[in-house]
Amino acid sequence: MTVRPLLICSLLALSTASVTYADVRSDAKAQVSFGIAVAEKGLWREALYRWERAAEIDPSYAAVWNNLGVAYEQHGLFDKAREAYEKAIDLEPNNLNIMQNYDLFREINDRIQESR
Amino acid sequence: MTAFRNLASVLLLIIVSGCAESFYEVPLETPLQPKLDVTRFQRILIAGFVTGGTDEIDTNLETARLLRSQLRTSSKLEVIDAEVIELRDIAEQQADFVAPRPSSDSPPEEVAAEDEGDEATESEDTMLSEKDLEAYEHIFSDASYWRQLGEEFQGSLILTGTIHFSPHNVASMVNREREVYDSFGRRRVVPLRAYQDRTGYVLSPRFIFIDGSTGATLYTERHREEILYDRQQNPPALSSYFELMDRLMPSFLATLSTESIRSTRILLR
Repeated sequence: MTVRPLLICSLLALSTASVTYADVRSDAKAQVSFGIAVAEKGLWREALYRWERAAEIDPSYAAVWNNLGVAYEQHGLFDKAREAYEKAIDLEPNNLNIMQNYDLFREINDRIQESR
Repeated sequence: MTAFRNLASVLLLIIVSGCAESFYEVPLETPLQPKLDVTRFQRILIAGFVTGGTDEIDTNLETARLLRSQLRTSSKLEVIDAEVIELRDIAEQQADFVAPRPSSDSPPEEVAAEDEGDEATESEDTMLSEKDLEAYEHIFSDASYWRQLGEEFQGSLILTGTIHFSPHNVASMVNREREVYDSFGRRRVVPLRAYQDRTGYVLSPRFIFIDGSTGATLYTERHREEILYDRQQNPPALSSYFELMDRLMPSFLATLSTESIRSTRILLR
């Protein structure tokens, strides 16, 4: 019977502590979602702007850096794309989607370097 | 206890749905900037090339024709349709031309061919090696010649260079597969390394881009491609030439025009 109050107290503490974090993340998420919606319509400049905003709001959000990597690639900004992907991998080293994007990026980038 | 369990499962569901990552696959077109900035040129003249190697095909004419047709479809530059210049002859007529000495590093096949008779010797004499082509290089640094040519074509971008296309013979170890049958009649394929004579061609072009308004060299790039066949196949020179040019064409076109690589990426939320 003593378990229930303890659980409720700890959940309450956890939720109040993460309120600010959740706010920041949800603001960033809103920018990310908007960016994805416009990127799917081919509006990459707007998508890039949204994801750069999201990165300012929440720099610890790996998905933002992954998406930025994709947008920079689309604009031919290969150095910036590499930096963004590497940041995403640092934040989520086991994310297979990010790894796949990074591998494909490196393959293209290597091909470009070879032809230069 | 049931209420506690319900609360826990609702919390777990919220946490899981909150952590679940949504992903969207999007097509991506990565632009590749051209190696050479040609924005100030409207036209390109493929002047002609100093050629060496086999005389089975007219490498100068074939290269000019092929590059013209490729650039017409892949570049924004207007391709000038002018007569292909016999650059080798022009270089030989210039005052500072020093004829190349017969090269001593001929492959054994060529040496053997020379012994066969006068006809073969004559043919070998006209074949320039890659080293021999160096004697003609002075023409590319003759700015006044290129400026004069450029004036004729309104200061267009001029493409010239050297092309060496020659037969190539190699005897080396190659990997093959061989069928074997065991005592029960069962078929197996086993790898086999065998010594094999192969024949083919080597194509070594050097493309030189010259500013027709100044005569100055803007950019130079070298390529080397080779193709080998079984000796029995006896491939025609022209089809080997086109196959080798096909391989280096993307890199050549990337010098002048923006290309893009199509692929897909995953966006995350």
